[in-house]
Amino acid sequence: MSAFLRFDGVTLRRGGKLLFEGLDLELSPGKRLQLIGPNGSGKSSLIRLAAGLLSAERGLVKRSPLALADDLLALDVDLPLGRALRFWSKSADRGLDAFGLTILADVPVRLLSSGQRKRATLARVVSSGAPLWLLDEPLNALDDDGAGRLASIVDDHVAAGGAVLAASHQALAGEWRRMELGA
Amino acid sequence: MIGALIGREIRRASTGLAWLPVAFFLLVVALMPFAVGPDARLLSRIGGGTLWVAALTAALLPVERLIEPDRADGFLDQLSLHGLAEETIIAAKIAAHWLTFGPLLLIAALPAAALLAMDGSSLVRVEIALAIGTPGLAALAVAIAAVTAGLPRAGSLAGLLLLPLAVPLLIFGAANALLLEAAFSLLLTAGAPFVAGAAIRASRT
Repeated sequence: MSAFLRFDGVTLRRGGKLLFEGLDLELSPGKRLQLIGPNGSGKSSLIRLAAGLLSAERGLVKRSPLALADDLLALDVDLPLGRALRFWSKSADRGLDAFGLTILADVPVRLLSSGQRKRATLARVVSSGAPLWLLDEPLNALDDDGAGRLASIVDDHVAAGGAVLAASHQALAGEWRRMELGA
Repeated sequence: MIGALIGREIRRASTGLAWLPVAFFLLVVALMPFAVGPDARLLSRIGGGTLWVAALTAALLPVERLIEPDRADGFLDQLSLHGLAEETIIAAKIAAHWLTFGPLLLIAALPAAALLAMDGSSLVRVEIALAIGTPGLAALAVAIAAVTAGLPRAGSLAGLLLLPLAVPLLIFGAANALLLEAAFSLLLTAGAPFVAGAAIRASRT
């Protein structure tokens, strides 16, 4: 089976600064890869490049259907959480359930705490049904319960043949291949 | 997804302050009798042009909330990840923006015409010209909103960009040159998604 994500000799420059050059990367079904590196080393930019939101200066990026969770909420804050998530996916209940948000489904998004908002962005990824997950700093603002739920959901996803690319400077639970980006 | 997006835009505009541009429109029109005096003949003669000036300034008010909140919140990113082209997103936003702006403005033109002592036939002419011109005006507002999204003092900048570009709509509309008005409105409506889509892609960091 072919890779869900493949970088061939990718060079990315942001704001005149060369973040990486000639980068090769391959993420096959059932694999997980953690990007590590100091602040400003280009972890988030690589994630956004993988998502197709940025374009590479040189090189090729090939990607499967994917879902992205980053620090941006992208939910209508005046709507109840359940309805706001259902805008993105009909199977939003699965994501709500996976992150223990079902009891908050009727609460307007603007009243949620930052940890609950983080859970909501991860819930959107879970309910997307996409084979490739891109998680940018998934542990930010998550408590131990949330981190545990994330670990078991990632395990399930990978076991089912999905792939995960995560950027985090914290240790993630489970077996992760690591890739370090220079500062 | 496109239908859901248009529905979402309409809901957001109508639970927000959809009446604000219309109230502003009426306010600008109401200033006219104070400015030039209560001479009914003079007012009815400048009535059509006044409605157009008021419509242009009212179109400026919602510019800041058309694109920028969705850009800052990552909403546009997630829409792109769901496979929608930026041009499609903008086309949906233009449709929804016109639906919450154009018809209300056409209704508000009725009391506005009364304030300016306009007769029935000139009111009908202005309403037809507004109906043709407002889609172009809505498209222009969305395009300018995308071009200025994320910039400091985007609101003032949007005014400087939008008003000159809307001048042809004003000229053809006030002169009741309906074919030219339709042509320019069509040009704006067809061109805006491409301009705004490119602007959104360029503003991503």
